[in-house]
Amino acid sequence: MPSFLREFFKRNGFGMGSLMLGLVLFWTIGLIILPQLSMLDFSFRPNLPPPEIGGPKDVYTVENYKYLVFGPEGGSQSYNAVDLNVFFRTLVAAVCVTIFNLILCYPIAYYLAQTKGNHIRIFALMLIIPYWINEILRAFALRIIFGETGVFNNMLVGLGIFDTPFDFIRNDIALYAGLGYAYILLMIFPIYNVIESLDRNQIEAARDMGASWTKIHQRVVIPYAKPGISSGCTMVFMLSAGALAAPQILGGPSSLWFTQLIYQQFNDNSDWPQGAAYAVVLLVTCILLVLAIMRLFKVNMGDIGK
Amino acid sequence: MSAGVGVDLENLWIRFGDFVAVRDANVNINGGDFFSFLGPSGCGKTTILRAVSGFLEPSDGRVLIGGNNMKGIGPNKRPTALIFQNLALFPLMKVWENITFSMEIKGASARERRKRADELLDMIALPGQGDKLPSELSGGQRQRVAIARALCAEPDVLLLDEPLSALDLKLRQHMRTELREIQQRVGITFIYITHDQGEALTMSDNIAVMKAGVIDQIGDGKTIYNDPATAFAASFVGENNVFRGKVKRVMGDEALIATNRSGDLVARISTANQGRMKEGDEAMMFIRPEAFALAPQGAAGDHFVTAKVNHEEFEGNAFNIFMEGDGGKELKVSIPNLGQSFDDHTGQNITLEYETKNAVCVPAGELAAE
Repeated sequence: MPSFLREFFKRNGFGMGSLMLGLVLFWTIGLIILPQLSMLDFSFRPNLPPPEIGGPKDVYTVENYKYLVFGPEGGSQSYNAVDLNVFFRTLVAAVCVTIFNLILCYPIAYYLAQTKGNHIRIFALMLIIPYWINEILRAFALRIIFGETGVFNNMLVGLGIFDTPFDFIRNDIALYAGLGYAYILLMIFPIYNVIESLDRNQIEAARDMGASWTKIHQRVVIPYAKPGISSGCTMVFMLSAGALAAPQILGGPSSLWFTQLIYQQFNDNSDWPQGAAYAVVLLVTCILLVLAIMRLFKVNMGDIGK
Repeated sequence: MSAGVGVDLENLWIRFGDFVAVRDANVNINGGDFFSFLGPSGCGKTTILRAVSGFLEPSDGRVLIGGNNMKGIGPNKRPTALIFQNLALFPLMKVWENITFSMEIKGASARERRKRADELLDMIALPGQGDKLPSELSGGQRQRVAIARALCAEPDVLLLDEPLSALDLKLRQHMRTELREIQQRVGITFIYITHDQGEALTMSDNIAVMKAGVIDQIGDGKTIYNDPATAFAASFVGENNVFRGKVKRVMGDEALIATNRSGDLVARISTANQGRMKEGDEAMMFIRPEAFALAPQGAAGDHFVTAKVNHEEFEGNAFNIFMEGDGGKELKVSIPNLGQSFDDHTGQNITLEYETKNAVCVPAGELAAE
């Protein structure tokens, strides 16, 4: 038995220890790893009617992956331009949402973490309470706000900035705002946690030595907050790339999110293997992208957990 | 020394809402001086330091550095450098980057900074340690890095906020000497905040004793120790025995005090209070433990004190006798160990004598908390 396990059992007793360990293992293996493995298995099988499952035609194949790249066999195009386009646009948009969220949330997190007083608790509550409302309701609320006769358009037209209402939905502005808003807490709180433990004296020391505010953030606060920033960015990126409700409700008619394609495969086309393949590609690409960016910014996996 | 830049506080008031943190402080600090603010925690000394460094605007009055009014000038624009109580080294920067941070701000090249860092590391006796992280250094080494970082900014005034309080006793005593040496070498003004009277006395040219936002006395170490202006200064700086009573008679610069439990005793009136104490005033008289000598049993007069011995201890360099004293506090007497024989007096009454010059009286006032 490895020493950390022995230590764990010694601290919690054998009964309690086994119960806790069992639940954690059930959670990770039973509820996360096994379903994902079965998805992976699906993705390598042909889409067969139920009687043929397990029959001679049920063999492993990479057809589903090939479909994403090359489209249907004998199709008019040599590449599956539509799906690939949606795929890359989703990734780029998720990166944009993440960057936008970071720019928005870093000052908020810094302010919350470095200011003392009761009003900070009220600000935090004002951030948290809207999340008691269902995600779909929040998305619809944004749709109303950004709609043709919504608050924004009434204001802009009323002030004479625009002559006719601006179509926020067709231009995907509502979508980005919705995705951004959906995950601000996941960005604010990891950064807030780290900055809160930053010794205020360090900021003052830098200031005392002549540093401007930009320099203080660049050299003292941001390097210190890096684990929180990476943790927040990872979560926001992963969740935006995998979001379904917000793109469904707030997306313009012409702009599909990749998750919507996956949903269509599972639901409309009843092609689970094809959907599973798309989902696997999205997951693996996102993980690789995150790992690459972590390496670029010299962030360790351990930092993310902070 | 006239080379350094002086600091003046003129009628300085600092209030936080209703709370007065600093009350009408007037201090002139000479250029090149090692000046200490000495007082218990919460007395406002750190607040004064923050007002000098620019992190705090005075509610009233002025801070002048080198004769220039500092009003509206931020901490990044003042010719001061502050060493924080917890040092506040940047944990993610290497030692050399920490030291030369002020040069980085000014846009100096990495090579220049490296060169300057090496010079300063030599000065603080840490050669070749530039590439370590602060967390890889010991407490005393970090202390010296913080000093080097502050000196690298070439300030006219170095402000130190109890920088030695986190160190152990031996190191603290060593760093005292070192700080004083560095100050004399660079010749700039040091303003030092401390609650440790030993630090203040050993290092400072001048000391301001503070209590609850008020500066009680300003003077050099000997003056503060030998000629305290207030009961607080007398009881806070060094060990002291208090005798409460009333002034019975004033005789020039001496007074006869009718003490509550030791009869009439004679004492020198401290310089600051001469001409200000008169018959019938409540007074306090102070005699240091080392100023007493054993007197023949039963001797009486205005410079003899008789009391019962509670217990005794042998400290090595001295024999300490603890006797029944005034106001519930024990009277402590230290007899230097010069190899004489020393009998146990526990439970007996013994008589002590002192010389008038070693007893000082001031108007009754608040004593420092133990």
